[in-house]
Amino acid sequence: MISFLTQAGLYFLFLKKVFSKPEKPVLYYKQTMREFVYLGLTSIGIIAIISFFMGAVITLQTAYNTENPIYPKYLIGLGCRDSIILEFSSTVAALILAGKVGSNIASEIGTMRVTEQIDALEIMGVNSASYLVLPKIIATVLFNPVLTLIGIIVGIFGGWIAGTLSGVITSENFIYGIQYSFIPYYITYSMIKTVFFAFIITSVSAFQGYYVNGGSLEVGRASTKAVVYSSVLILLFNVILTQLLLS
Amino acid sequence: MISVKNLSKSFNGKSILNDISLTFETGKTNLIIGRSGSGKTVLLKSIVGLHDIDSGEIWYEDTMFNELHFKDRKKIRSEMGMLFQGSALFDSLTVEQNVRFPLDMFTDKTLEEKNDRINFCLNRVNIVNANDLYPSELSGGMKKRVAIARAISLNPKYLFCDEPNSGLDPITAILIDELIKELTEEYSITTIVNTHDMNSVMVIGEKIIFISDGSKCWEGTKNDILSSDCETLNDFVFANSLAKKLRIMNK
Repeated sequence: MISFLTQAGLYFLFLKKVFSKPEKPVLYYKQTMREFVYLGLTSIGIIAIISFFMGAVITLQTAYNTENPIYPKYLIGLGCRDSIILEFSSTVAALILAGKVGSNIASEIGTMRVTEQIDALEIMGVNSASYLVLPKIIATVLFNPVLTLIGIIVGIFGGWIAGTLSGVITSENFIYGIQYSFIPYYITYSMIKTVFFAFIITSVSAFQGYYVNGGSLEVGRASTKAVVYSSVLILLFNVILTQLLLS
Repeated sequence: MISVKNLSKSFNGKSILNDISLTFETGKTNLIIGRSGSGKTVLLKSIVGLHDIDSGEIWYEDTMFNELHFKDRKKIRSEMGMLFQGSALFDSLTVEQNVRFPLDMFTDKTLEEKNDRINFCLNRVNIVNANDLYPSELSGGMKKRVAIARAISLNPKYLFCDEPNSGLDPITAILIDELIKELTEEYSITTIVNTHDMNSVMVIGEKIIFISDGSKCWEGTKNDILSSDCETLNDFVFANSLAKKLRIMNK
């Protein structure tokens, strides 16, 4: 318990350091642009692939579970749309990103720590936590909603392809289903969750990397911890945010 | 001048440095020598503020450095350059970008002025046609020289070198040592070098401090070191068989 409280305290002190005034904003801007590419653009591929297949599977499973004449066929499209918007595009995508982006951040910053690159920044008088982490947080918090939108579009497209090619639903029924009783707030809900998850992934992973002590073995451990802690926090905040935003 | 008064430092209750008092002179290459694990690196990192000390004082000229807040340390930090054991070049930046980094961060020079300064620093350490290479493409000696170029890019008043020639062949090690000595004299820098290489001691050591088990054991010049009465120092200095033979021959 004491260890947990110590870590929590250290995490909030770390955040205080991260959110202090940048030394030279123009350099932070350049760094943020770089992170948009490294953490954002390079994640589009994996998000698109996962969303496509997730949409396909949701459609096929919904069709399998609603094989009853009482249920109209368009419910398959509606089910696919709502499942993807409410849960898969934000939460499942965040869990995937915790693995890809989280481990990347923890190992990058951890390696910088053990190779004394962070010490070199500190010696120069640079606030290393802010310089290294703030651009990553800004980039992911701004770009992950774009990834979520891509996930929603590609996921529904995957559902449509799987549904029509397998013959479980016609194209007209599916399109009618995804338009039926649409609640725009669901998109807002998904975006809010995504922003929170992006912050969790980046800050928790950076924290794990920043306080690495030792060598390459510890960097590996920090990377694993980053993924595990981020994933657990994502699931916890998923429950909290759902209760707060949808109740 | 840098002064250290009654400095103590421990990690998790284990004492690493015990009540050390030292003075490092301006325009001289001050060497801290000692066995691995004697506390040299902790001492150096405490002096530059990378470790918070348990007790004692660290003075840079008239300013008590260890009492200053992170933001207030910036002025002194802008006058520091440090060469790390593993060079600590930024992996994601090229040679030129590494040297440019402190200039971008702390100066308002024009692009042309920055380029001039970068080329001057790289030429000074004999790095040519390597501006666009990444650290992973450089040899150990080149990395050290680029790290020196980065360290001197802001004209530092204080230069700190942690094991500057570790992992280098003897010829490259001498080149690095000589470069540090030349820069120290050229710009009248207060240089502190951590080393356990006796060759460095004899080449660049103007003021030498011997640390053993976290305490200062001996202080003197390279001329005094071979005739010291300090047993621990003699065990260290004459540790290798060649040195032992020379000592016997001298006697």
